[in-house]
This record gives sequence, C-alpha cells and structure tokens, in this order.
Amino acid sequence: MQLSFSVYRYNPDVDNAPRMQDYTLEVEEGQDMMVLDALIALKEKDPTLSFRRSCREGVCGSDGMNMNGKNGLACITPLSTFGNKKIIVRPLPGMPVVRDLVVDLTQFYTQYEKIKPFLINDNNQPPAREFLQSPEEREKLDGLYECILCACCSSSCPSFWWNPDKFIGPAGLLHAYRFLADTRDTATEERLSDLDDAFSVFRCHGIMNCVSVCPKGLNPTKAIGHIKSLLLQRAV
Amino acid sequence: MLTNQASFKRDGVQDFVTVRATAIIMTAFTFYMLWFFLSTPTVTYEIWHDLFSSLAMKVFTFAALLSIMMHIRIGFWQVLTDYVKAPGIRAVVQFFINLVAFSYVAVGLFVLWGL
Repeated sequence: MQLSFSVYRYNPDVDNAPRMQDYTLEVEEGQDMMVLDALIALKEKDPTLSFRRSCREGVCGSDGMNMNGKNGLACITPLSTFGNKKIIVRPLPGMPVVRDLVVDLTQFYTQYEKIKPFLINDNNQPPAREFLQSPEEREKLDGLYECILCACCSSSCPSFWWNPDKFIGPAGLLHAYRFLADTRDTATEERLSDLDDAFSVFRCHGIMNCVSVCPKGLNPTKAIGHIKSLLLQRAV
Repeated sequence: MLTNQASFKRDGVQDFVTVRATAIIMTAFTFYMLWFFLSTPTVTYEIWHDLFSSLAMKVFTFAALLSIMMHIRIGFWQVLTDYVKAPGIRAVVQFFINLVAFSYVAVGLFVLWGL
C-alpha cells in the first residue's frame, strides 16, 4: 500500500518561502504505524527533513505538529486515523518556524514561566518529610498535572495566535490552576493578582479548540473557567 | 484603584461581567419584542406608540440601548486588539465604532423622548 504525504518544508537559511513537499511511503497492506514512524522513514529517504522527537510514546511532548488540520503528537497518532487520504503535515500553527516541522516555542515557555510553575509555600516550618494531602485534596489535581507541555493546545488557540505576548494560553493556564487548586500552595492571592488583567486569562473565549486537540485528554477550558470564577469571587 | 467602563485601560473581570450582563438585557429585550410582534396581529402606529409610552418600556429600551453600546465597546476592543496591531489605526477605528454605538443610544433616546 502506498501512502501519500505532503510535508511543510522551510529552511530560512536557504528558502525564500515555505513550500509543501510531496512524499510517498510503501506500507505493508493491513499494517499500521504512527505518523512519527512514517516521518522517520521519510527522513531516511530525505535526511534534510527536520522534526523534533524523543520518547516516541506520548510522554515527552516533543513531536507536536499539525496533521490533516488538527494538532496532535505524531508518535501517538496512527496513520489509520486518516484512512486512505493524503496526510498533510505542518508545524504547530501560530509559532515561528525554525525549520520544517520544528517551531520556536520561546513565547510558549515565556507564558508558562509567568504563572510561576512551582509550589510556593510560605510556611516557616515545613514538615520534616513531606506536605501531606488527603485523597480528596490530591484528587483536585487530577486532570491538571498530566499536561506534558506539548503546545498542541496553545498553538490551536486563536487568542494565543493573536496575543502570544499577553495571553497565557491554555497550557499555561492549566498549570496555573494546577497550583491554585493545590492545597499545599499558599500563593493563591499572588497568583491571582498576576493573572488579573484583560489579557492573561480573559482572552479565552471558550472555543475549546484546546480540549479538542489535547493528546492527553485534558480540559484546559474547564481549568480556565475555574480561574475566572476565582478572579470573579475575588472582585465582588 | 478606580477602574470603570470609562477608563481606557480594560479590566478583565469587569469586562467579563459586563459583556454577560448586557447580553442578558439585550436577549431579554429581543425576546420581549419578538413576543410583542408574535402576539400582535396588526401593529398599528397607536399600538406601537402605546407600547413605548409606558415608563417601564422606556427604561427597558434605554437599558437595552446602553447595553448595546457597552457590549460594542468591549466586544470591538477585543476584536480590534486581536486583528489590528497598529495602535494608531486601532484607536481611530475604535473611536468611530464607539461614536456609532453612542449615536444609537442618542437617537434611541430622542425617539423615546419624542414619543
């Protein structure tokens, strides 16, 4: 079986403009493989093709890309998802392209850094071994801590495309709520103050592209809704 | 810190609440007018005049007009900050859009007072 690919190619050192390059790949009848495996096979034929990958099992979040119009991780997206259609692979939208499918994630990480993605506890007498939580308190972190920062969500969000310097983005806000919901964290007021402006949180209009593309099945829109509620309760 | 709808710097929480509150008023007004047209077989000038003559309807209409103006102000600020990156052009476009929104309120008021 022959599969057709159309892959975004752009090397700023050589190319004046990006272009789509067609490839074909022979796959045994009835055999399935992940998009990443196919890209690796294509790279063997054309070593100039560039993309990021590491764990190849949906844990590291390196190979986020846009496949047939939807962001996802190439390593856990089977080719069979697309049937017999041509597979169009592009870099994550809205991000500056470094080369081919490799994007510059500086703005994404800058926003992530803003939310202080670490536990803040001003308790002067920390427990000797660890901060204990009840199972109910721990349960609040489920659906939040699993984010692997692949950027599939933020790069599918129009608000992040237009305001990547001001809007934290779904990934960052999911992490922000992860710490707001953490009973061991004592910086709730400080965290909310940092988010209390017209852009950081409120640029989310709840279109839920982030939920649709998250390869881990998380719900950033719900987390953002919780942050909005906290900001609202704080204001009234 | 004083933040209000007249300030140039937008306040996220206030805008969030205002957009929803004004949407409720506009929806209520729309449904009320829809109900009026559906429940009135023939809309004559007298019936129309009577509808808007009551103080309650004048207040309701004024609230709906103000809601439109505030909704436009916030909504277009959000849309323009997304799509118009040049601050000068954005300021001019915003000025004219807000002027049009205000004109709706002003004309609406003259109509209401004229009744």
